[in-house]
Amino acid sequence: MPDKQTDTLILGDVEFSSRLFTGTGKFSSRSLIPQMLEASGSQMITVALRRVDPSDRQDNILNYIPDTVTLLPNTSGARTAQEAVRIARIAREAGCGRFIKIEVITDMQYLLPDNHETLLATEILAKEGFVVLPYMMPDITVTKQLYDAGAAAVMPLGAPIGTNRGLEMKPMIEMIIQVSKIPVVVDAGIGRPSQAAEAMEMGADAVLVNTAIATSQDPILSGKAFGYAVKAGRMAYLSRMAEEKLKASASSPLTGFLRD
Amino acid sequence: MSFLDVVNQFETFDFDAYLGDVTLSDVQQSLNRDRLGPYDLLNLLSGTAQDMLEEMALKSQQITHQYFGRTIGLYAPLYISDYCTNHCTYCGFNCTSNAKRLKLSLEQIESEAQVISDMGIRHILVLTGEAPQITPMEYLEDTIMLLKKYFSSIGIEMFPMDEDAYRRLKVAGVDSLTVYQEVYDKNIYKEVHPEGKKADYAYRLLTPERGAKAGFRAVNIAPLFGLGKPVSESFLAALHAKYLEKEFPDVEISLSLPRMTKADGGISPRHLLPDRQFVQFILAWRLFMPRLGITISTRESADFRDKLLPLGVTRYSAGSKTDVGGYALKDDEATAQFEVTDTRSVEEVSQMIRDKGFQPVFKDWEIF
Repeated sequence: MPDKQTDTLILGDVEFSSRLFTGTGKFSSRSLIPQMLEASGSQMITVALRRVDPSDRQDNILNYIPDTVTLLPNTSGARTAQEAVRIARIAREAGCGRFIKIEVITDMQYLLPDNHETLLATEILAKEGFVVLPYMMPDITVTKQLYDAGAAAVMPLGAPIGTNRGLEMKPMIEMIIQVSKIPVVVDAGIGRPSQAAEAMEMGADAVLVNTAIATSQDPILSGKAFGYAVKAGRMAYLSRMAEEKLKASASSPLTGFLRD
Repeated sequence: MSFLDVVNQFETFDFDAYLGDVTLSDVQQSLNRDRLGPYDLLNLLSGTAQDMLEEMALKSQQITHQYFGRTIGLYAPLYISDYCTNHCTYCGFNCTSNAKRLKLSLEQIESEAQVISDMGIRHILVLTGEAPQITPMEYLEDTIMLLKKYFSSIGIEMFPMDEDAYRRLKVAGVDSLTVYQEVYDKNIYKEVHPEGKKADYAYRLLTPERGAKAGFRAVNIAPLFGLGKPVSESFLAALHAKYLEKEFPDVEISLSLPRMTKADGGISPRHLLPDRQFVQFILAWRLFMPRLGITISTRESADFRDKLLPLGVTRYSAGSKTDVGGYALKDDEATAQFEVTDTRSVEEVSQMIRDKGFQPVFKDWEIF
């Protein structure tokens, strides 16, 4: 039962008070990124390592991310576990920290993750000390396998990347939330703040939103809206947990008298 | 089944009869669909659909923003040799032409690479004519390995090769392949490629498939507008892209719209592609394939390119020199294979992109 007062999410020894993770792709201008981060309160942002250009001093994407925000490099572009592993190692060497979001995609039409390769990469990288967050197709068996492989969280998709279709995989994600021993971050497909709130209300530990914020007419305001929605959804979840706790601790308030 | 079977299926199809019957309500219905089939595509490519360009543009823009964001990838071409043994009747560099030829040495390629990389370009497209005696595989491999030091993505637009040759180039550092069919109409193809290796229609048509099998992560195809009838060419090119997307789901597919504007030593274009239809093709392709890359080169004018930006395109070349040695060697006598009409610098093009509310993306790939 999470503590309502100090309701933080801990991943790889880092404590996050915001449960909204964001992304760096698709913005009309990179200068919007720090403003969006501030408005949304997001403390973790993902960046595709293939888009990082350390030789570019003027417009290096990493320069737009404040030190207070945790960098979540991702392996976008990887078609195999081997490629993902290579990208992760390069990210660490490049000073992008210990976090890695594994994205292994072999389907460019829908951008759906390859769970098998993702699991293989997770196994290798977790052993190497990475804080591994794998982007996955919602699958209970794979959720357990990823836990065994040392993943720090699982990131099931709500709907295909960029579709803004929301929680199309809702029943599967609900099951994953029930069985997972590690945090569940709903990633991809969330198009509206209300959908983010719904995911949080269901008990997701965090959500990752990029397209909906980046391609909005006003990414800063949109980021702010998502920030509120995630908080609201989380509060709704916590209040429901509290009710359930009350019922349980009162030990059969309706029929308890029968023991007397 | 290969894409040749798809082309064969449409060989007897009466495009004119079909297109003549398309009504506005057909176009509207196709426009409203989320998943478009071949006939929807044809409806959107029809003359009737020209009355609904604004509606098509709105939806195309929305889909493109959703899948690509407000971003435009940038690249530059690098011509390393213009020796060619082909007989393309429409090309000023065909083997019967007296055009002065040039092949860059590795040192010269390095000078070119330095200049291009200093412009900020990270994605390079290497081009050469078909003359394996003069530009053998070893030369191409050495070129690629050299360019790896300067660029994070290397594409090639050379000549059709077999799968093994593509595998070698992939090992050397190539990650994407551009190959234009020139013309999907078999009869016209035969007429404009009367002899030599390029006369083999099927071999050329199946080149993108061989590249995809060899493991390139991106494949860019196109018809050369001006040779065949624009609508059927545009239609078959889009079906080709769709076929590749389905057969090779791990490969990013994109289309270009090179169009002939004048005779450059060869034949005049038989079917000029007007601006309006050019835009219509972009929109129809986007609606047909939401994740399709659409590339626009500097063949198009600065003004036109500025206006295309919000319509569904995803990649621009910039700062291009289309003559061999054009960046660093400055050979005044060199003739380009096609004229660059957008002569702005990379910085000027980037600024235009920013002014339009888009982000110019220099680096979107790296061979790790």
